[in-house]
Amino acid sequence: MVKTSLPREEYLISGHFACPGCGAALSMRIALKALGKKAVLSIPACCWAVIPGPFPYRNLEVPLLYTAFEVTGASVSGLSEGFKAMGEDAIVVGWAGDGGTADIGLQSLSAAVERGHDFIYVMYDNEAYMNTGIQRSSATPEYAWTTTTPVGKREFWKKGWKKDMVGIMVAHRIPYAATATPAFPEDMYRKFKKAASIKGPKFIHILSPCPPGWRFPEEKTIEVARKAVLSKVFPLYEVENGRWRVTFKPARFIPVEEYLRMQGRFRYLPEDAVRYVQETVDREWERLLRKEELSKEGPIW
Amino acid sequence: MPYPWQELEEAPIARVPTSEIKRSSWRTMRPVIDYDRCISCMICWKFCPDVAIRIEKAPEGHKYDEIPVIDYDYCKGCGICANECPVKCITMEREEVGP
Ligand SMILES: Cc1ncc(C[n+]2csc(CCOP(=O)(O)OP(=O)(O)O)c2C)c(N)n1
Ligand code: SF4
Ligand code: SF4
Repeated sequence: MVKTSLPREEYLISGHFACPGCGAALSMRIALKALGKKAVLSIPACCWAVIPGPFPYRNLEVPLLYTAFEVTGASVSGLSEGFKAMGEDAIVVGWAGDGGTADIGLQSLSAAVERGHDFIYVMYDNEAYMNTGIQRSSATPEYAWTTTTPVGKREFWKKGWKKDMVGIMVAHRIPYAATATPAFPEDMYRKFKKAASIKGPKFIHILSPCPPGWRFPEEKTIEVARKAVLSKVFPLYEVENGRWRVTFKPARFIPVEEYLRMQGRFRYLPEDAVRYVQETVDREWERLLRKEELSKEGPIW
Repeated sequence: MPYPWQELEEAPIARVPTSEIKRSSWRTMRPVIDYDRCISCMICWKFCPDVAIRIEKAPEGHKYDEIPVIDYDYCKGCGICANECPVKCITMEREEVGP
């Protein structure tokens, strides 16, 4: 038998309704390899509510409950307490987009984390409301084109830096928060395994490239995600009880320009904007390393 | 006392796996593996968002005991496998238009 770096069991079923090259479909495939048969998902309105198909189709080998857009946090709270009351050993997973997490579902998630129920919450982040046609969210990166941040003579791209969801979760003193992306599937797998082994609320932020929304050819999904990590745009790290750890430190970084220029949503970027993004990610990376260093002495929330 | 969910009328439960639907019609390009050059690293298998690459027993006498096999019923032709293959032994070929 040849060696594979991930287990061979599959919980995602072929024939699903995701676009070709969908990062969110692949992320679910990897996540479920780690969580296995005990996973129970709650999914609000988002692309992933469409990917399993209309009734009577399903594309997962584990149960999935559809919930309303703004209440994934409440839904996983109830599921988790319900299973506990019934004595069932289940891994409750909330799986929502960036709009459903960083915008409309934020108070529900915040309340669930504050109450401390036992669940894993995943924000698969395609950096806009993709299911309804590429509207900006608070997790859309600065300068990105979307249909609600059009680029024209008078109107210009998304303004303001991307909302830091892991930072918000860590400020709740959450036991475990991490970033992951399908270009580094072994890293993602390990983080899901770890999350499943910890009691209480866990949060995983997945950068999930979207070919039609980010305007790149569908064979580039993994390449785009890899470049996001190599350019410091999306560092891979985890925060366990306030201890920060960068899980992948590239031996060689690439300029952000390489990441930005392969996507149509950034095609319009002038040089000074690219410079601004470079300076910002450089500074954020240093800040992350400092947190890693300082939190060796004690938790940084 | 546990909640008597057994007594409730059945909620709408989706039971039909999407594998009942053949996805071949979504594809415009078809990945083709050159097994002479393939090193059975299974990187293509690992990155397929459609679970359309299966690991199968290799034919007698092949240099590896297992090979990646593309299931064209479900492959959407995204080309991720060809883009990520480290030895570049997957080529994307144009699907021919039907009669
Ligand atoms: C309360 C409510 N408002 C609006 C919608 C319409 N809606 C369905 S999916 C969606 C976008 C979801 O975006 P996101 O959470 O980022 O997930 P993605 O589609 O990008 O995967 C919207 C606005 C809805 N279903 N419910
Ligand atoms: S990635 Fe390429 S070399 Fe590796 S198993 Fe697939 S086809 Fe073979
Ligand atoms: S082209 Fe895409 S869908 Fe088809 S086998 Fe390759 S990765 Fe899978």
